Amino acid sequence: MKNRLDAAFAQVKARGDKALITYLMAGDPSLQDTKTLVLELEQAGADVVELGVPFSDPIADGPVIQRAAERALRSGTSLRRVLTLVAELRTNTQIPLVLMAYYNTVHAFGLVEFWRQAVAAGVDGLIVPDMPPEESGPLCSAAEEGNGLHLIFLLAPTSTPARRTAVACRSRGFVYYVSLTGITGAKLTDLEDVRINVEKIRRVSDTPVAVGFGIATADEAAQVAGIADGVIIGSAIVRQVEQYQHDPQMTEHVARFVRSVKQAMNRQQPVSDLN
Amino acid sequence: MANLPNEYGRFGAFGGRYVPETLMPALLELEQAYLRARADRKFQAELDGYLSRYVGRPTPLYFAERLSRKLGGARIYLKREDLCHTGAHKINNTIGQALLARRMKKQRVIAETGAGQHGVAVATVAAMFGLACEVYMGTEDMQRQALNVYRMRLLGATVTAVDAGSRTLKDAISEAMRDWTTNVRRTHYILGSVLGAHPYPMIIRDFQSVIGRETRRQILSGEGRLPDYLVACVGGGSNSMGLFYPFLKDRAVAMIGVEAGGLGLESGKHAARFAGGRPGVLHGTMTYLLQDDNGQISLTHSVSAGLDYAAVGPEHSFYRESGRIQYTSATDDEAMAAFDLLSREEGIMPALESAHAIAEVVKLAPRLKKRQTILVNLSGRGDKDVQHVARIRGVTL
Repeated sequence: MKNRLDAAFAQVKARGDKALITYLMAGDPSLQDTKTLVLELEQAGADVVELGVPFSDPIADGPVIQRAAERALRSGTSLRRVLTLVAELRTNTQIPLVLMAYYNTVHAFGLVEFWRQAVAAGVDGLIVPDMPPEESGPLCSAAEEGNGLHLIFLLAPTSTPARRTAVACRSRGFVYYVSLTGITGAKLTDLEDVRINVEKIRRVSDTPVAVGFGIATADEAAQVAGIADGVIIGSAIVRQVEQYQHDPQMTEHVARFVRSVKQAMNRQQPVSDLN
Repeated sequence: MANLPNEYGRFGAFGGRYVPETLMPALLELEQAYLRARADRKFQAELDGYLSRYVGRPTPLYFAERLSRKLGGARIYLKREDLCHTGAHKINNTIGQALLARRMKKQRVIAETGAGQHGVAVATVAAMFGLACEVYMGTEDMQRQALNVYRMRLLGATVTAVDAGSRTLKDAISEAMRDWTTNVRRTHYILGSVLGAHPYPMIIRDFQSVIGRETRRQILSGEGRLPDYLVACVGGGSNSMGLFYPFLKDRAVAMIGVEAGGLGLESGKHAARFAGGRPGVLHGTMTYLLQDDNGQISLTHSVSAGLDYAAVGPEHSFYRESGRIQYTSATDDEAMAAFDLLSREEGIMPALESAHAIAEVVKLAPRLKKRQTILVNLSGRGDKDVQHVARIRGVTL
């Protein structure tokens, strides 16, 4: 089975564009809202949707996504229900869907069971922010060969050259480059450093590189689009969901923001214009 | 078993390094720095010097004659970690880690704290070594342990309130990990118990093992033989692992770890991970956890902030499964009764954490013969709990 992520990155590349990867916390403020949002974001120009699976103790996340996880848990969201949501979405859309889940939620679900149900539901990728490749053995060996679901690993500014090579070669679908030394939603300050690191990853791997953490505005997204194959926007979108959670026009507000990001990316600046 | 953890930080199925990539290089650097320091006689001599002249080691092994007579069974010995500088065993580890931070040229240290004892011990060594210090503490714990919050501030540390989740130790650790992720290049995270990602459980066990090594010498010279039982409370499990570790090969020595039974196991309001939990991953390590069916971490309860945590050190999980160490629990009420008993019988006010270990002795000692011995780790003193105990009993100070 051809993975939707691979197809999406190939298509985007053929158009001469960069992929926009939008993050939503599943179940924030409700799973029904998430379902509507995914379809709206696709219309607004998202190429991939990342669905966060809420966890009580999200150590890699800043306050915005922590609060979103709390709202999602209060609305009764679990990994099981997120998989059901994915299966429902698959009747309406073929947009690549990537889950971002902390290890314990997958472990509690059962590793073998997770692969089976995630593949059946139509999940295309999995990011486990607290699972470096060193700890991925049990999860990898629980998967059936060629099941079409990509395991995506992260690289950070602190990663050593040896780790860069090892991690980039393990990652499937894309390599997730963490743009800053910190947690989600922090302030991105050094684009030149991002550019240098993305170049270094490209030298050791042909897998597309997507950059996330700290990209908050359409301008920043445009600048990162000049550097990487994909731009991941998380906290900035989740903040919109939070702000408009009680507003009947919430989806429109979030979609408008995503559309502005996509437009800015399409007017992408050449690399030489970066600060 | 002296070879555990293995090179991946595993104690059998437990342990490991479940952390974001940003922290992996720092953990590998810390492991290398620690292994070099451990093999360096100069480092060990420096550490020993601070332990004797600053911490006040060796701490006494005290025969609790009146308590033994009162309970009418085994002879009871107390390892007096409450007499360490700052009032608990925590400083054995913070001195060692501060020396490591200095070797790694990190100018800032951060820490989490529950009861405040670890935070005070970090603030203390930071003051002594001239390091910047920030301590994360849940707002619920700050209320329970107001005295320790002010002690840390007097020592020059910044105490940062964590008002997320359960507002206790669990959330303080998450916040400290986020700080470390952000400032990892110039900051060393002084974790306070045998928890977290490798190499922390190993480092902290090694630094705390001074308790067991001393105790072994002291009991052999006092009683002429090894104790029949070792008893210690288990939050993360550093005081217990420190006592137990040097005795693991002594098959005749039974070991009992006492978890917080809170309002009782059936109430669901407790922190007894082995009685009510199952393996999972929290804060970087695979170990027994209190969690729901979906893998969300449960809220815990204990009268003592230092035992109020949903996970236990991975090495404890290993020895629990192997059967080498037995685990039980004591309720809030049993711990409070033990707090009174030790205060009245021996003139020693235990920390509420350590009172859980005494509570187990109250149950165990009468069942044993007079020639048998129980050795308890009195991990901390109760001064910090006086206000809390008064509040529980409705006394206004």
